[in-house]
Amino acid sequence: MTSHHTTAEHGAMDHGADHGDIDKQVRIYIIVFVALMALTIVTVAISYWHLPTHLAITLALLVATIKGSLVACYFMHLISEKKLIYTVLLITVGMFIPLLALPVLTHSNGFWIH
Amino acid sequence: MEIPYTVEVRRDTGLTNGKIAIWLFLASEVMLFGALFASYILIRTGAEHWPRGDSILNVPMATFNTLVLISSSVTMVMAWASLVRNRFGTFRLYMGATILLGFVFLVVKYFEYTHKFHDGLFPRSNNFLAIYFTLTGLHMLHVLGGMAVNAYLWGPGAKLWKTNPTWFTNRVENSGLFWHFVDLVWIFLFPTLYLL
Repeated sequence: MTSHHTTAEHGAMDHGADHGDIDKQVRIYIIVFVALMALTIVTVAISYWHLPTHLAITLALLVATIKGSLVACYFMHLISEKKLIYTVLLITVGMFIPLLALPVLTHSNGFWIH
Repeated sequence: MEIPYTVEVRRDTGLTNGKIAIWLFLASEVMLFGALFASYILIRTGAEHWPRGDSILNVPMATFNTLVLISSSVTMVMAWASLVRNRFGTFRLYMGATILLGFVFLVVKYFEYTHKFHDGLFPRSNNFLAIYFTLTGLHMLHVLGGMAVNAYLWGPGAKLWKTNPTWFTNRVENSGLFWHFVDLVWIFLFPTLYLL
């Protein structure tokens, strides 16, 4: 095993997989869990305010984005991942944003489609 | 022939092949759900009238399901952490809880769907219900798929722990990445379909 690292060894470097670090990570998982539960309640509470549609959509998506980021960063370990994973995700985001933006742009002012 | 780089990481990528594969798969999943979300935006912005989700759908049930799915994400990551801590018994408990919570999610969804059908509300009824059933139906299939893999890792697949614990831990991590993605999709589905 001179030219390779196992993931466990590797994990000790990038995910903090030794016992001290994993205990610290578990504490973070619990904090994230509580935050996600609280933000879910916030999401539902906002919907009961009956805000104007645009404001309601903005707020709901903002809270969902915070929740999604917590899941991705801590549960999916994206906060300390390898460069290749970030590259894959960057390309995905580059495709995903136009995919979502296209219907909005084409519909909002008829710029491309009349 | 042995599958390469299941335990050792590649020098060039710093990752196991399984991990690269699951992330590439998740990237394709982002585009799959992205296409459906784009369709939803297109249909909604093009409609003269669009109902608020909470006027048709059951928000308390969906809120409960959101809490269930978030809890299952935590038990999933704790299952992986248990293996890193070398505690196989605890892994079994957390993984079992993850499968059980997935099952609870599906049962609640079953009641939601049957209630809609009982009221004569089907995907063909209107555009809102068409997009609701398509998005939540596809998501439900993903929950089922994730549960099947998790059940395998909890049951027969767990034999690998005795012969190659690192490989088994990596498998659980990859299965977890899929499960968290399913949770992440729901985090966006819940407000966009039920609350707005």
